[in-house]
Amino acid sequence: MITIKKPGLLTSVQDLGRYGFQKYGVIASGAMDTRSHRISNLLVGNEEGAASLEISLIGPEIHFEETALISICGGNFTPSISGYPVRQWRPLIVKKGSTLRFSGVKSGCRAYLSIAGGFLVPEIMASKSTYLRAEIGGHNGRALKAGDSLKSGRPGELSQSIFQALDSSTERNFVEMDWSAASNKLLSSAKGTVIRVVKGRQFDWFSENSQKRFFEETFEITPQSDRMGYRLSGESLSLSTAKEMVSEAVNFGSIQVPADGNPIILLADRQTSGGYPKIAETISADLPLLAQAKPGDRLRFIEITLEDAQRLYIKSELEIQQLKQGIILKANQNK
Amino acid sequence: MKYKLEPLGDRGIMIDLGNEIDSAVHDKIQNITRILDNYSESWITEYIPAFTTVAVFYNPMFFYTSSVRVTPYEAACMRIHELLKKSELSNRSQARKVEIPVCYGGSFGPDLQFVADHNSLTLDEVIRVHTSGDYLVYMIGFAPGFPYIGGMPAEIAAPRKESPRLKIPPGSVGIAGEQTGVYPIETPGGWQIIGRTPLPLFQPEQMPPSLLQAGDHITFTAIDEDEYQRLQEEHHDHD
Repeated sequence: MITIKKPGLLTSVQDLGRYGFQKYGVIASGAMDTRSHRISNLLVGNEEGAASLEISLIGPEIHFEETALISICGGNFTPSISGYPVRQWRPLIVKKGSTLRFSGVKSGCRAYLSIAGGFLVPEIMASKSTYLRAEIGGHNGRALKAGDSLKSGRPGELSQSIFQALDSSTERNFVEMDWSAASNKLLSSAKGTVIRVVKGRQFDWFSENSQKRFFEETFEITPQSDRMGYRLSGESLSLSTAKEMVSEAVNFGSIQVPADGNPIILLADRQTSGGYPKIAETISADLPLLAQAKPGDRLRFIEITLEDAQRLYIKSELEIQQLKQGIILKANQNK
Repeated sequence: MKYKLEPLGDRGIMIDLGNEIDSAVHDKIQNITRILDNYSESWITEYIPAFTTVAVFYNPMFFYTSSVRVTPYEAACMRIHELLKKSELSNRSQARKVEIPVCYGGSFGPDLQFVADHNSLTLDEVIRVHTSGDYLVYMIGFAPGFPYIGGMPAEIAAPRKESPRLKIPPGSVGIAGEQTGVYPIETPGGWQIIGRTPLPLFQPEQMPPSLLQAGDHITFTAIDEDEYQRLQEEHHDHD
């Protein structure tokens, strides 16, 4: 069991989302950076879809009531255990009575804390994700508060092997694994993070000039951004002729442009449908990058073909499968 | 059936039936979702129907092989074409009829007077017109269980509020332009609120979680405050 001493900016329980219910208007929710979420689970021997904590910028203070196998992936907010800095992207044993703190943003916007066995919260509509607006899922349908206690499930066989592979006979409050998973690669340049996109369904509706500027200009993520979407400022985009759009489904990463001309990138807590023209769609392989961008960061968009986008998606999925195999191998090496 | 397929990002396909919102197109959309339900295929993650489109989301990994020179998108499109050939075979199911009791006016419907004044009607006339319509649920969206309803008589149409209310209680029945709708959960909103239903439109613990579904025919019936309280208690007992 863990107890939240300080909640941080926005710490919530998330899994890979609530799918199959969007036709009833129920949003998908789930981790923003699914790659980091999945890897943090794999590193502690969980299924990749187990419930983890999503931590945003200002991390929580967490007291461990019992010894636990955890991992922290995604954004780096300088984690430490009882005063000692710890490294991310690797399995970590935290001893009973220790406290995990975060002391400042080094990189990224969201970190994921997984625990062997996963966090135990009720499943609603086939998911443990917190749906803040409807106040369902996760821990009591809300972000975590000081005083909340969360239990974890029974660690599986793989979790136990990883636990045993770590020598916990030390006096210290924690034990780090000597191997780690590769962290997120950032395609950054002075002009901003590069996000690859494919054309949106209404791309042709935009004026020639707007189509061109969308790929030439840099856009800034404004403070009015959250898990639902990033509101961008920069070049104002316009249609070649005024047109009414019939509402239709939107996607994780859809880039829609309302009448004011400022693009919005739809994210994990997006509504299920929308009536604004979509100029582009973020490729799935770059969604984790996007999820780590924060207000004030700059984005640049590059168009690739659908074929390349699907090739990159498959490549990223194969990498995760490889990592999974690698963890199983490492965990059983000393047996 | 005439339709076209287009990519919606790299994990979605839009089945597009044009941009005319009418009940004939709606019937075709319903037909497509019935096929998707009947032939539930493991490569489809989920689908979202709207007025003139159905978005099908899929996992490209399903179509991954290291040899074949067909992209996952092309492979998925072929599967959809095959599925939609079955459309002629699919039986038209009986549309569900749902009655929604509404307590109009008073504190439950603070904008009933506005709608009446705007259309030069009395309060009772607005209620009579609103309860006389035969309504069709075109799609669910905006919020969990929120129905986009067609078929409201134009004589009670009213513009949205100039500045939206920050909080609209669940069950509120509103009018925006020629549309009417019911708010399932507390949200901000700019619709003119004319009444409230005690029925829970969003029931997260039930399957399906939405009281209404695309394709439902609905009628509104007027109830008084006592009946509202009685029905609300009844529904709370079920929780």
